[in-house]
Amino acid sequence: MQGRVAAPTPRSLRQREDTGLDMAVVRRILWQVLQASLVFVGLAYLIWRGAAAMEYNWQWYRVEPFFYRIIDGEIIWGPLVKGLIQTLKLAAIAGVIAITIGFITAFARLSNSIAGRIIAKVYLEAIRNTPLLVQLFLFYFVLAPIFGIDRFWAGVLTLALFEGSFAAEIIRGGIVGVDKGQFEGADAIGLTLVDKYRFIIVPQSLPLILPPLTGLTISLIKHSAIVSVIAVSELTTAGLNLIADTFMAFEVWFLVAGIYLAVTITLSVGVSLFERSLNKSKR
Amino acid sequence: MLDQNPQPFVEIRGLCKWYGDFSALHDINLNVALGEKVVVCGPSGSGKSSLIRCINQLEAHQKGTIIVDGIEVTPDMKNKEKIRREVGMVFQSFNLFPHMTILANLTLGPMRNRGASKSEARELAMHYLNRVHIAEQADKYPAQLSGGQQQRVAIARSLCMKPKIMLFDEPTSALDPEMIAGVLDVMIELAEEGMTMVVVTHEMGFARRVADRVVFMDEGEIIEVAEPEPFFNTPQSERAKLFLSQLLGH
Ligand SMILES: Nc1ncnc2c1ncn2[C@@H]1O[C@H](COP(=O)(O)OP(=O)(O)O)[C@@H](O)[C@H]1O
Ligand SMILES: [Mg+2]
Repeated sequence: MQGRVAAPTPRSLRQREDTGLDMAVVRRILWQVLQASLVFVGLAYLIWRGAAAMEYNWQWYRVEPFFYRIIDGEIIWGPLVKGLIQTLKLAAIAGVIAITIGFITAFARLSNSIAGRIIAKVYLEAIRNTPLLVQLFLFYFVLAPIFGIDRFWAGVLTLALFEGSFAAEIIRGGIVGVDKGQFEGADAIGLTLVDKYRFIIVPQSLPLILPPLTGLTISLIKHSAIVSVIAVSELTTAGLNLIADTFMAFEVWFLVAGIYLAVTITLSVGVSLFERSLNKSKR
Repeated sequence: MLDQNPQPFVEIRGLCKWYGDFSALHDINLNVALGEKVVVCGPSGSGKSSLIRCINQLEAHQKGTIIVDGIEVTPDMKNKEKIRREVGMVFQSFNLFPHMTILANLTLGPMRNRGASKSEARELAMHYLNRVHIAEQADKYPAQLSGGQQQRVAIARSLCMKPKIMLFDEPTSALDPEMIAGVLDVMIELAEEGMTMVVVTHEMGFARRVADRVVFMDEGEIIEVAEPEPFFNTPQSERAKLFLSQLLGH
């Protein structure tokens, strides 16, 4: 077709075909969901059979007071709800401290200060290479008496230092992920170091930092269960106490796991909805 | 070399720069007088970017002296931002801040480094956006503009700092051909207003029209310094001849 000249079709006339729903795809997805459900039903059956074989005495009718009781028309929250509130409080405080530690450590590692880099590196390696349980004991049995802190704060600080080391790497990764040209652009208009990070680098690294950081905060809720070993009152400790009182181990552990699951999934869904609305509002 | 002016605005003496063991610049001597326009050209990798990036210390040098406006710039100097507000820089890849509107891109520097109030900075920004002919785009984000428009915003952003010298590092190399003229026009206007400029570019038309001197570099050294007409018509060095023939070859 040499020497051919065509007038362009106006964009508004170029209609995209509507392909509609593909039944084959829908059927395949339904089949996969059915397969997965079968596996779970099978697992549940095995547990039920196992419990029946050891003649476990299920007493689900007794669990309501674990959550709340109504006395004289007033709601009295039960140990599981109180424990959950303590867990959320613990995780929230530890989370805020962890993110603060994360930013400080990330900036220390990226700085020119050799002292800052050494301290940050030692902190990261020490936390990474010792078991969380040992860190907790060290805090509770050694540092807490020396500095006079109670078991709740010993738990909070242990968790914060532990999660802070992961937050530091996430934040550092986000900052390093910002295009080099942005650092130079900020330098070229004469921004100071602080202004460069405050106005240019950190805002642009947030989309890289926030998703993994919210994931970290959510996992903090799960990790917080470990402070039950120093008897900080929270959800897992509440579960342990209930079992000691009632001997209903199966019901209580299912309930405790279910509560953790419900909280973390709710948070995950909430965060992803929030992120989606953020992305939408960004043109 | 060809410097007659007794008081250069930028004075570079015996400048050497290494990246690790790799010598990027070797014994560079160059003066730029106030109001002078210098075009730097040379093959890729010859050290053009390294040279102009040393002037505002985006890159550190290891040997030699760089004096800008009477102040010696060194890699370990404090307050680099004081030098950088006198020295505007325009990059090949614009380096606008994508999370800010055009207006915010322009007002940030004056507000943070020149102590301008919000309304002063805004006025300044609109003034320079008018000068680069895109005032109507002030509330858009960089990604909504064409490459040529973005580069003109980048020029305006530098001008908002009221620099005494402007450095350009291949400002039109990343642009589609139809965008180049608009950017060069802005640079020519700037030159005609008397701005001191050091421009790395291979746009010969621009060099002929604007440059007082052309500096030809190869392998980290200045090989030839000449006025544009003699340089382009009768280059003295073999390497400049080869470079120009390759540049004209296609
Ligand atoms: N950050 C860097 N690290 C190592 N080598 C570099 C770096 N920047 C530039 N170089 C090298 O230095 C030489 C000069 O680079 P540059 O100044 O960018 O040249 P030009 O701008 O003339 O193309 C090139 O060989 C390049 O590979
Ligand atoms: Mg270059």
